[in-house]
Amino acid sequence: MATQHSRSAARLMMAPAVILLLGWMLVPLTMTLFFSFKKYLPLRGDSVANGLEWVGFANYARFLSSSSFWPSVQATLIIVGGVLVITIVFGILLAILLDQPMWGQGVVRIMVIAPFFVMPTVSALVWKNMFMDPTNGILAHLWKAFGAEPVQWLSQASLPSLILIVSWQWLPFATLILLTAIQSLDSEQLEAAEMDGAPVLKRFWFIILPHLSRAITIVILIQTIFLLAIFAEIFVTTGGAFGTKTLSYLIFQRVLESQNVGLGSAGGVYAIILANILAVLLMRVVGKNLDA
Amino acid sequence: MARAATTQRKALNTALAWLIGFLIFFPILWTILTSFKTEAQAIASPPIFLNFDWTLENYSVVQERSDYMRFLWNSIILAGGSTILGTMIAIPAAWSMAFVPSKRTKDILLWMLSTKMLPAVGVLYPIYLLFIQLGLLDSRAGLVIVLMLINLPIIVWMLYTYFREIPGEILEAARMDGATLKEEILYVLTPMAIPGIASTLLLNFILAWNEAFWTLNLTAVDAAPLTAFIASYSSPEGLFFAKLSAASTMAIAPILILGWFSQKQLVRGLTFGAVK
Repeated sequence: MATQHSRSAARLMMAPAVILLLGWMLVPLTMTLFFSFKKYLPLRGDSVANGLEWVGFANYARFLSSSSFWPSVQATLIIVGGVLVITIVFGILLAILLDQPMWGQGVVRIMVIAPFFVMPTVSALVWKNMFMDPTNGILAHLWKAFGAEPVQWLSQASLPSLILIVSWQWLPFATLILLTAIQSLDSEQLEAAEMDGAPVLKRFWFIILPHLSRAITIVILIQTIFLLAIFAEIFVTTGGAFGTKTLSYLIFQRVLESQNVGLGSAGGVYAIILANILAVLLMRVVGKNLDA
Repeated sequence: MARAATTQRKALNTALAWLIGFLIFFPILWTILTSFKTEAQAIASPPIFLNFDWTLENYSVVQERSDYMRFLWNSIILAGGSTILGTMIAIPAAWSMAFVPSKRTKDILLWMLSTKMLPAVGVLYPIYLLFIQLGLLDSRAGLVIVLMLINLPIIVWMLYTYFREIPGEILEAARMDGATLKEEILYVLTPMAIPGIASTLLLNFILAWNEAFWTLNLTAVDAAPLTAFIASYSSPEGLFFAKLSAASTMAIAPILILGWFSQKQLVRGLTFGAVK
């Protein structure tokens, strides 16, 4: 039984973490919300000290009606969707393979996980130059070896190239989590199904996949949150050109490159709302586990 | 008969898994190999795999040209500082949530996690402005604080899931024997939780090391870590594949080694204990 004394001590010990995170959340959020209703162009002399002009929902309307808005939503959906499909499909296959008995499993695991530890700027630059460079990249050599014309990856096939780079970074994450989930599967159930003559595909569909459903949900939600925010990969490869401008990259450009803080902040509020919808979904899954 | 079949199947699995593993690992391997080539060999057509003249020249050029050691030192300070600071703040919080849970504990935990989902780009300008006002732009102190705050929810969560596995009776016994709260946490809980705390430190060090939004946007020269060091190679000047590879290898090597040690704790940390 916790005493009254330890209860108040507990509250006191939680305080620093709670206060810090509350400040980290509320202060910038309030500022973003405030800026989003203002005309704020620092390069033209607008500043908080001189007072900012109230423009109502003008920034919100302009952000939505700008010609780059819908393409950026499209690019975001294609990148997030593409990476999710690739990492989950290959993640499941790879996890099943790695779960089989084999020699040197530890080494294979290490090789598969490695890309997750490569910092985003390194993986983007290595792929951009050493693999996707149209004259000296490995892929260009490979294409030439088969007599094909090398592809200008990051300009002609910019979205697939970006999806490839980001999938390479996130496949280890999906594989690792799905492998952990598969390993917790009761092998007797599978053996029983095998003895009853259930074919491989049926065993996969009716036993393995349902067992993985929770892990898959978690992978989808966590990856979506991170994928919506990818920045360095675009920053060092295309800089937002060739149709790779995602919603968050568009906001970044509005705020820091064209220094239209009001407009960028309105975009930021949209992004925050979107992220919160996803967050609520993730909370439900994680929260359920907390009770168990 | 059955045995032969399983051996055959095992051999097939092994071959397939090694092939896929090699393909996934290849970009990293190729980067490491290229870092030991001369620039001419780095772009040779067809590519040279192993039989080139190994040289360490690129490493010394990279160090001279862009002062690698300074960026490395900044990465260590930022990742190490933010992780240690975050853990010091998180241990008491995780302790109280794990051992003195109240009705609101679950809500607080979930709320903490939700701050992690705030899109950074949505609050970029306010933070930028605050940093200018407070003189924190391009300072290590400012970046340590930001990286600590973005990882604090994960640190609290990881510690909480580890602490929950420690039987509360042991702590109660210590309390009965007259241990103060400070003694209880410092001498009873912490030693038992060392493995959990160690993996929390490790994972968050890795996450902070690879963070590439705030480190790129809030640093310029003085506080720039390795993420910014590599980004400075994005506009090529002449032949540079071998040098890019040497710089990349130096930026990822420390964390690859740490990462391999932490792979067991990775799943748990990254799924907030939802998959174990």
